[in-house]
Amino acid sequence: ENKETNKRMKEKRRKEKITFPTSQLVEYFRDQMRKDPDMASAVAAIRTLLEFLKRDKGETILGLRESLTSATDCLTGVDSSVAVSSGGELFLRFISLTSLEHQDLSRCKKVMEERGELFLEKISMSRTKVAKLCHTFIKDGAKILTHSYSRVVLRVLEKAAAEKKRFSVYVTESQPDAAGQHMAEALRKLNVPVTVVLDAAVGYVLEKVDLVIVGAEGVVESGGIINKIGTYQMALCSKAHNKPFYVVAESFKFVRLYPLNQQDVPEKFKYKADTLKTAKNLSEEHPIIDYTPPSLITLLFTDLGVLTPSAVSDELIKLYL
Amino acid sequence: MINNLFLSSSVACVTDGPGRKDEIERAKSEGKDLTKEEKQRLRKEKKQQKKSKEKKDDKASQENEKEKKPVTSAAPASQPPTKPTMQKAPSAVPATAPVSVPASEASGPADKPAKTKAELKAERRARQEAERASKQNKKGETGQQATTSKPKAPPSDLQPVVKRLPEHIQVDNPDVLKKLAKKLERQQIPLRLDYGYKVSLFSHLHQYSRKAPLTQQLSIPSTVIHPAIVRLGLQYSHGIVAGSNARSVALLHAFKQVIRDYTTPPNEELSRDLVNKLKPYISFLNQCRPLSASMGNAIKYIKKEISNIPSNCKEEEAKSKLLNDIESYINEKIILAGVAIAKCAIEKQKISDGDVILVYGCSSLVNHILCEAFEKSRKFRVIVVDSRPRLEGKEALRRLVQKGISCTYVLISAVSYILPEVSKVFLGAHALLANGYVMSRVGTSQIALVAKAFNVPVLVCCETYKFCDRVQTDSFVSNELDDPDDLIVTRKGTTPLEGWQNESSLGLLNLVYDVTPPDFVDLVITELGMIPCTSVPVVLRVKNVDQ
Repeated sequence: ENKETNKRMKEKRRKEKITFPTSQLVEYFRDQMRKDPDMASAVAAIRTLLEFLKRDKGETILGLRESLTSATDCLTGVDSSVAVSSGGELFLRFISLTSLEHQDLSRCKKVMEERGELFLEKISMSRTKVAKLCHTFIKDGAKILTHSYSRVVLRVLEKAAAEKKRFSVYVTESQPDAAGQHMAEALRKLNVPVTVVLDAAVGYVLEKVDLVIVGAEGVVESGGIINKIGTYQMALCSKAHNKPFYVVAESFKFVRLYPLNQQDVPEKFKYKADTLKTAKNLSEEHPIIDYTPPSLITLLFTDLGVLTPSAVSDELIKLYL
Repeated sequence: MINNLFLSSSVACVTDGPGRKDEIERAKSEGKDLTKEEKQRLRKEKKQQKKSKEKKDDKASQENEKEKKPVTSAAPASQPPTKPTMQKAPSAVPATAPVSVPASEASGPADKPAKTKAELKAERRARQEAERASKQNKKGETGQQATTSKPKAPPSDLQPVVKRLPEHIQVDNPDVLKKLAKKLERQQIPLRLDYGYKVSLFSHLHQYSRKAPLTQQLSIPSTVIHPAIVRLGLQYSHGIVAGSNARSVALLHAFKQVIRDYTTPPNEELSRDLVNKLKPYISFLNQCRPLSASMGNAIKYIKKEISNIPSNCKEEEAKSKLLNDIESYINEKIILAGVAIAKCAIEKQKISDGDVILVYGCSSLVNHILCEAFEKSRKFRVIVVDSRPRLEGKEALRRLVQKGISCTYVLISAVSYILPEVSKVFLGAHALLANGYVMSRVGTSQIALVAKAFNVPVLVCCETYKFCDRVQTDSFVSNELDDPDDLIVTRKGTTPLEGWQNESSLGLLNLVYDVTPPDFVDLVITELGMIPCTSVPVVLRVKNVDQ
């Protein structure tokens, strides 16, 4: 009989711990994405994690950290982009980087929550900072090539258009989801002359183009980037044509990966979250991202400043160590 | 304190010279450690000889006056606070002398017909007063810095500051050799002579023969050099202890033995005396085989630890503290770093199933990583590349095959044939330079170059204690020349090059190291994590901040 009550007590305790069950977490995340389609998925993830922190009723800091990590994993299961996992890890680092020497757990949690709000505030300003840095590199009469739909690149081009610069844009179609069309629509609303080209026509169009600007889903330790499939090709062609290849990315996209080649990128980032769960044989699926090595990138525009690829590692050391 | 005695004795007993000289000669030949007084006498005599040489010059009388005045003014002012500045005074004196010579020479011939003797004397007096005044000012300001700025320019700022090049890359400069000979004579270490004809591009480096070890010229028993150090030097020069990590660990163990056997002489402080004791040992080891970057860093660490010992510490405590420090250095920087690097390489999937890994030569760290990965049941095979004359790859092959890893063995001439099969290249490093260049066994940069051409990722594994502040962009400036006789014997045992010394136009070159640019290296694995080659100065900066 004692064993029975013990078992029941354990069950109860376990149920109590799950104060923010995974289903609610995922629902909150999807909600955030829906409310503001312009927000980066990583920012939505961080908002969700902050909410999780506020509602968590854990008793220890270590337990809190573990539950935050498991929440991040759960969110990666929903949206498998690199930025979500990197954003989550950076969030955790940032809030725990203060002295948590307070006696009271609730006071510690309050400090962590304040840090979390501060972090969110900082990163919501990041896109504006990047746009301010980058738009000066777009000269009057420039022809720009970009890849797929990137909200950061869109913000940069918005700022350049607001500065009364005249430029025209070529966008790749970026199959399999035709995200390039979406980008072209948004640019037409800004009255920017835009042409949609096939993914296979990148080499063809590069001789007309002055510079290439792409966004990034993740920036890795070597200074290379992980972005929508087709970016690597574009970088190789622009290197062959001697055109500058610029990357715009916020600092929360810096991730602690170091791939040596395409094969080295972990599988969990290569495919969409649904594909990972349902596909029987992953080698038959098409990857949706690729890795561009740092030797092909001219400059990276981040909210930490304009960096060369080799400076990214220095910044990462400062962020993570 | 030493200089106190020196200066007071120099003014008093100038005539003592010849009598003591014989004693000193006798003591040297017996190999006994010269006592402090004898060393001072030697120094003083050499100074006298230098002075007498300068007396023979035309302007010599002026200099003597100038020299004597500051010396005598410094001698009565011999108090402890001015101790460090007094070290500067006697050395600045010969330094000022050559500077004042050109100045006086410049003014002399032009003014001589115009001015009278009295006017010249007045000029001289004025110049002396000015120099003394500036010297007094410097005494007040600088203090400790004055001792370290000895080779720098004296008060007149006409001469630009010349940076000192290390002696071991200036072998074709006779002045530098003379200085080295003098320094070794003072430390009572025999000078090792270069052997054979040196290729002109490398004539600025030492080239020794293994058949003439330094120890043949040492008397037995030598009380100047500790026997553990003698044994270590012999092991280095014969290649018994080879490899960056092995040499550093052996050096640290030998130093531990030295510290155990050390007793502080009376009226001496352990922190200063022990460092002075270590200097001749380091010169001796340098003569046996040029020091590696890792050894240099280890020696810097030991010297820092010794000089940080508080003066009120008892000898036993100090010794045990030093032994503990050395033990922890070996443990943290070498052994645990190796474990961390292996863990990092394996966990971050740098060695995955189905990999074909190429290694060059025998790097203890790379072998360790591969063995660890094999134990964690990763399925991979290894290609070992080897090169003459050291054929170190055979040792690596032996170790890997013993573990059960399937290996292939090729010589470096077959590298472009075998590279299409390879998925990754793992290289060890002797040192990582501050501009991101990797210094490693000769042949490494060749492998990196061919791997780059085939688009194969190149990974360098290196502990952070091998990072050094030097900057080098080519393999010529600073390198090591091994015994050229090693190249004589071919595989079949024939020796067609036996008479190479008789051919005037034939030179044999046996290089030890070469330098790989960072563009060829994709990744450096250290115990701090994986960094690109260009981030080495950041790590150095962080380390310096830590210290």
